[in-house]
Amino acid sequence: MSAGLRERALAAASGVVDPEIPVLTIADLGVLRAVRLAGDTVEIEITPTYSGCPAMRVIEQELATALRAAGIGKFRIATVLSPAWTTDWLSKEGRRKLAEFGIAPPAGISRRSHFGTDAVACPRCGSAETERISEFGSTACKALYRCRRCAEPFDYFKCH
Amino acid sequence: MSALFDYTLRLADSALILGHRLSEWIGHAPLLEEELALGNLALDLIGQARALYAYAGAVEGKGRDEDALAYLRDCGQFRNLLLVEQPNGDFAVTIARQLLYSAFAHPFWRDLARSRDATLAAIAAKAEKESAYHLRHAGEWLIRLGDGTAESHRRAQAALDTLWPYVGELFESDAVEEALVNQGIAVDPAALRPEWERSVQAIIAEATLAAPAGTGMQSGGRIGRHSEHLGHLLATMQFLQRAYPGASW
Ligand SMILES: [Zn+2]
Repeated sequence: MSAGLRERALAAASGVVDPEIPVLTIADLGVLRAVRLAGDTVEIEITPTYSGCPAMRVIEQELATALRAAGIGKFRIATVLSPAWTTDWLSKEGRRKLAEFGIAPPAGISRRSHFGTDAVACPRCGSAETERISEFGSTACKALYRCRRCAEPFDYFKCH
Repeated sequence: MSALFDYTLRLADSALILGHRLSEWIGHAPLLEEELALGNLALDLIGQARALYAYAGAVEGKGRDEDALAYLRDCGQFRNLLLVEQPNGDFAVTIARQLLYSAFAHPFWRDLARSRDATLAAIAAKAEKESAYHLRHAGEWLIRLGDGTAESHRRAQAALDTLWPYVGELFESDAVEEALVNQGIAVDPAALRPEWERSVQAIIAEATLAAPAGTGMQSGGRIGRHSEHLGHLLATMQFLQRAYPGASW
């Protein structure tokens, strides 16, 4: 019985999508850290990508909605900061979905010197001839790039 | 008042006040990409502040939440560094302030991530990654400005000259820090100075600017003695909660 409850909770929680990158679920992103039972209460842990990520509150609300829709009334949602989120937690599936959506998935490491840039392939044409326009994009987790071959600007999910 | 509460509040206040300052650029940044960048930096800082305020409130145990701490204290109760409350000035002043703070914050959070206080360590581990971006962003801009046109060079130098008196306070500590450093909870800020000097001096040199000398030093933020600028900032930031107590949306 309680094994069934955890399965239902996991399925419901795993289906919640990131409000800013709706092709990714919070499971794809690695934002969903744990789904477990404490007696008959479902306990869920999520972690922010960035300290100020404004999506966290929306994700909490969406989680609550998804759990209730799955017939689960007793749950607790906690935000945990440790260990700190890293792009390494982005699933393989998540990377594929990102690229399909037109966002270049994270490449390389984020520790760079001044004016250095990650080698990022254009998600439209695959060219490596790209340049960074800004390290800060429309959300905290993205940078803005431009492809020199197809001339299209695109978002890059930056390494973190 | 416990040392841990005081310490956490200082860190929270510096992050919040700098975050608020950066948010003042929204709608006024020199270009769209920079508008997004400054907004992102502000979000990171305000996010750090929220986590720190929540923890400070829990440590204090009097039921004050992050909003009570951010919106319902007056100037004399704020514990932020004087550097971060300095007005935005022109873009060069904002960038110089960001550089001077981030060159400190990055190694600070890195070391605090090894704190024996698990909550501070967790907050610091996230903040460290963010401050690496902030430092790079500010460094790149200071180099562009200093090594740019005669006008941008002049303004960048003036910005450093204006803000330099607030540098010394970054590395000061008092009994609150000392007690927590001894317990392996806090970071000794003075120990970070050599690293700060190396990173800032390298950027200043590449920017063809000169590090100001003999500017004197201003401090007092950690005991609530602030410049006249903080009151104006709080008047804006706290207006809504003061006028409509308890308002939420
Ligand atoms: Zn392309």
